[in-house]
Amino acid sequence: MNSATVRSLLVRGMLAGLGAGLLALIVAYLLGEPRVDAAIAYEDAHTAEHGMEIVSRSLQSTAGLATGVLVYGVSLGGIAALAYCFALGRVGRFSPRATALLLSGVALLAVYVVPFLKYPANPPSVGDPETIGKRTTLYFLMMALSVLLAIASVIVGKRLAPRLGTWYATVVAILGFGVAIGLAYTFLPAVNEVPEDFSATLLWQFRLAALAIQLTLWASFGLLFGHLAERLLAPKPEPAAAATGRGTAPEAAASVH
Amino acid sequence: MAHPIAPTAPAAPAITPISVKAILPWAVFFGILLMALIYFVGAEQGATSLISGEDVHEWVHDGRHLLGFPCH
Repeated sequence: MNSATVRSLLVRGMLAGLGAGLLALIVAYLLGEPRVDAAIAYEDAHTAEHGMEIVSRSLQSTAGLATGVLVYGVSLGGIAALAYCFALGRVGRFSPRATALLLSGVALLAVYVVPFLKYPANPPSVGDPETIGKRTTLYFLMMALSVLLAIASVIVGKRLAPRLGTWYATVVAILGFGVAIGLAYTFLPAVNEVPEDFSATLLWQFRLAALAIQLTLWASFGLLFGHLAERLLAPKPEPAAAATGRGTAPEAAASVH
Repeated sequence: MAHPIAPTAPAAPAITPISVKAILPWAVFFGILLMALIYFVGAEQGATSLISGEDVHEWVHDGRHLLGFPCH
């Protein structure tokens, strides 16, 4: 368990992130794009000025979307793999695979769902261009708070475990996270810039699509990365290999230098 | 009821954690690099601009909306 393992996990995390990104891209294209188009149609019907198109809609909804989702998938896959290196063997007696799925679930919540519940995804034409600075700051602040509080809760839970037992330590840690996030929700300013006559159904469908993309991304990342990590870290003993003198099992984990 | 001394399902074998010292260089270097990539997808040419113009913003426009980042 050394630097070579970290590198192997990082590479696998980025690959799993690419695979998960591809699946998320399919969901984004099928569920998301129709809502983006509908929102842009609303925008066009309600604004007189038509700025020149720098990138055509057909490129934005295909190659542009693919660039965004895949780079996002690979990057988060790599970051999740690095977090996994810290979590592995430290969060409890979970197999490499189970640790990966657990981490993905926590990441989905901390990186996306918790910030989303305060500052949900918005389709084009929702949001005042004048407030982009404020909205960006608040969104990234909420995301950073959520991730840091999640990490802090895991550490606190681990510290409490010897005194309270694993079950109650976990309950207390989750409660603590919930209270802290509730305070953040209360004290951070609200953002509501939905135009008066914007379709509520369209807004709801857009936000559900955004949530579906993240669910696909993190669920498939957890399963793909878990599979790769399990194969790397817990190679199955191969009696045949031992008999023929071609030990492959230890190599898989240790040969990469 | 089960046999009183029936063994419970075997727990996953304990995994030796990777030492923090081994992870840190990777985490710092790649953490920053990958977060910079996310910045370009999620926020460049929105609230802040490192590259002038709107090409980056327009290219990743749909992804930015659908991935939940504030846009425009």
